[in-house]
Amino acid sequence: MESATLTEWLVKPGQEIKRGDLVASVETSKGIIDIEIFEAGRIDQLLVAPGTEIPVGAVLATYAPAGGEPSPAAAPPIATPAMRAVAAPSLRPTSPAMPPEQKAAAPPEARVRASPAARRRALELGIDLSAVSASGAEGAITLEDVERRAAAASTPPADTRSAIAKAMSRSKREIPHYYLATTIDMRATLAWVERWNAAHAVTERLLSGALLVKSVARALAKFPELNGFWLDGRFEPSREVNVGVAIRLRQGGLVVPGIPRANELTLTNVMQQLQGLVRRARAGRLRQSDITNATITVSSLGEGGVETLYPIIYPPQVAIVGFGSIVTRPWHAGGSIVAAPLLSATLSGDHRVSDGQSGSQFLIAVDRLLQRPEEL
Amino acid sequence: MSHPDLRQTVIEALLEVAPDVDASALDATRAFREQFDFDSMDTLSFVIALHQRLGIDIPERDYPQLLSLDGTVRYLAAHLGSARTTP
Repeated sequence: MESATLTEWLVKPGQEIKRGDLVASVETSKGIIDIEIFEAGRIDQLLVAPGTEIPVGAVLATYAPAGGEPSPAAAPPIATPAMRAVAAPSLRPTSPAMPPEQKAAAPPEARVRASPAARRRALELGIDLSAVSASGAEGAITLEDVERRAAAASTPPADTRSAIAKAMSRSKREIPHYYLATTIDMRATLAWVERWNAAHAVTERLLSGALLVKSVARALAKFPELNGFWLDGRFEPSREVNVGVAIRLRQGGLVVPGIPRANELTLTNVMQQLQGLVRRARAGRLRQSDITNATITVSSLGEGGVETLYPIIYPPQVAIVGFGSIVTRPWHAGGSIVAAPLLSATLSGDHRVSDGQSGSQFLIAVDRLLQRPEEL
Repeated sequence: MSHPDLRQTVIEALLEVAPDVDASALDATRAFREQFDFDSMDTLSFVIALHQRLGIDIPERDYPQLLSLDGTVRYLAAHLGSARTTP
């Protein structure tokens, strides 16, 4: 992903902004992403008009940090198709030596010529302008060209699919995976969640998925070789545990936004983060901060699926954890056979970085944590 | 709250949870799960959205009564009256 299109300004020049405010929306191959600001201040100038295609890192606007000089604001570095995210700030003050005017980036080289109306319509219809044949003056695309293209092609949005294809092909080509599986007795976890939910208001209820994310995040503390990136031929462990969560979209495909520092959050916080991510992902409105730098991914089938999945790693990460659907099966416990809800947990690891032995210990650690949900 | 109003409120809550759902194609008798792949996260978000609109705190054990639009409206009509606390 090297460029995006500004769809909407959510602020006006002169407007006071605080940390975390949404300032603009951009359309990317992953849908619309809302850009947040990470500093308080006042919007100075908006430099880019809605409908404009912008390269990653381009200056979108300038703002005066609270108590400081106006500074240029940059377009977010949009994540690669692997959904690997990029943590650079969306609006970053630069050195005062560089006046905002000079930082207002030149238009992208490969910009398609199109009338503003055509551009807007193409955005509404989700049509890639580079796929539209132009009939206007000097090879510009007109509104009619866009409408014609829309009528001719009932093409489904292939971007999500092609992003998955790219990342997964690379994964299968480059990463020597090993796969491990175990079965976890979920009686204690589910009973605890049920008790919790009976005692709490709807807004504080938990799903077992939140406990799965938290247990993975916690268990990683002792397995740094599963948490980080393979970059430039070597492993870069990550101190932060940012758990990517595979979210299925109703129209097909999936996105993998992340929960930063999930190991440090309370269960309630993990749950809130999960809810927000699912809601925004399915509405096609992920925020820039959702596309966080996931250091490992969790893929969970939820209810009504098969027992076991063997996920493949999202490069450049080095591990992915898969949870199947919980099924009730005979289980040997305390000398007798009981009917118990069972969860299959799998780990796909990158053999360049870790071995089956540590992977196995990791899954055992996840199991142990899930047996004591009250301590999660 | 009359039934038509209640139905409208439930549809709004549903659309808040699943904005990608086509409300005009909604079958009131079929389970949300069958129609739009509703999962446990959707169900919880739906219950929260109903709570925000109607002030009702639906216990988890009653979720199976909220499977479809008709089921949800029926459940709410039966439980709103006395249990309702105005938000």
